[in-house]
Amino acid sequence: MDLTKLTQMQKDALREIGNIGAGNAATSMSKLVNRKIDMDVPTVNIVSFDEMMERIGGPESIVVALLFRIQGDAPGTVYFIFSIEEAEALIKEITNNDALRLDVNDELAISVIQEAGNIVTGAYLSALGDFTNITMQPSVPYLSIDMAGAILTVGLLEVSQVADYALIIDAKISSSYQVSQIKGNFLFIPDPDSFSKLFKALGVTNDV
Amino acid sequence: MSKLISSSHVVKVGIADLKVTKAPNKIRTSGLGSCVGVVIYDERKKVAGLAHVLLPDSKLARQNKFNHYKYADTAIPLLVEQLSSLGARSNLLKAKVAGGAQMFQFSSGSDMMRIGPRNVESVLEKLKHLSIPVLASDTGGNAGRTIEFDIQTSLLKVRTVNKGETFI
Repeated sequence: MDLTKLTQMQKDALREIGNIGAGNAATSMSKLVNRKIDMDVPTVNIVSFDEMMERIGGPESIVVALLFRIQGDAPGTVYFIFSIEEAEALIKEITNNDALRLDVNDELAISVIQEAGNIVTGAYLSALGDFTNITMQPSVPYLSIDMAGAILTVGLLEVSQVADYALIIDAKISSSYQVSQIKGNFLFIPDPDSFSKLFKALGVTNDV
Repeated sequence: MSKLISSSHVVKVGIADLKVTKAPNKIRTSGLGSCVGVVIYDERKKVAGLAHVLLPDSKLARQNKFNHYKYADTAIPLLVEQLSSLGARSNLLKAKVAGGAQMFQFSSGSDMMRIGPRNVESVLEKLKHLSIPVLASDTGGNAGRTIEFDIQTSLLKVRTVNKGETFI
């Protein structure tokens, strides 16, 4: 399947996946921090590998990333990405402890962000699964705090064997309250063979 | 007149990309994770090239026309070829290698999840096959690396988030 030739209908269907997932994730995050969480309208982008890094702030920018491999009928990779400041704001909000820092490998801070990511991404994926009626089993969360380029290439390995670009469904959730910003970025990168299954499940024609 | 001014700039290499240049330029690639940065250079002629290899072997390709810069086995010969056309002497080439980390500590999973060590292995094998000695390397681990090669000094600067900069 040549992803550069997707129809508008197919892109809309994929965007709807992002919409449903992020909506549920925002609700879940909102319960976690007990405040209103907004979501942006998701975007569907077909990007070269270098462009993908630029979207996150360049290959060298430091990000906090939780990676989930999805097993099941439509495998892929989901990232939940924050800047260090955003992740620390979230940790502070959940624990009421503003001394926790991620950069010194504080185990408590790390397990808080891991668990929050697990809950919110679980909500994202279960909405996807319900909507498409496709089984999506997430792996345990894998955490890394490092350069965006190094982290994101992991999610590109499957697709890089068949193409030189990736399709990402990008959804943001955020809350601005006083000065602390809580934000998160979901990137869903379906494996190349998953698209036909996703389209079929959504009742969209598979022809491109 | 302009020849008197020798301005150096940094040549940037993207993912699955390859470039060659001459001193006083430097050559750089950012955010290597499981990818491997292969620098090959001719110390006397002051020419160097850098390949940012994403995958170990072009046999993995499921494309008819694929980007040869993406795979270790196809990128390295092309790098040598481009260096030769820039004046490098193929029997005097040397290499420095960095990258091949495992960014996430997967407990299980496919071979794809252990791609870093496989990339390193494939790069070293190809260099050995071409009789290019590896003078320095910084591979493995679980941290991302940004590397910059100074053609003038033949030193490779390796930067990681936690350890800062080292020169190899």
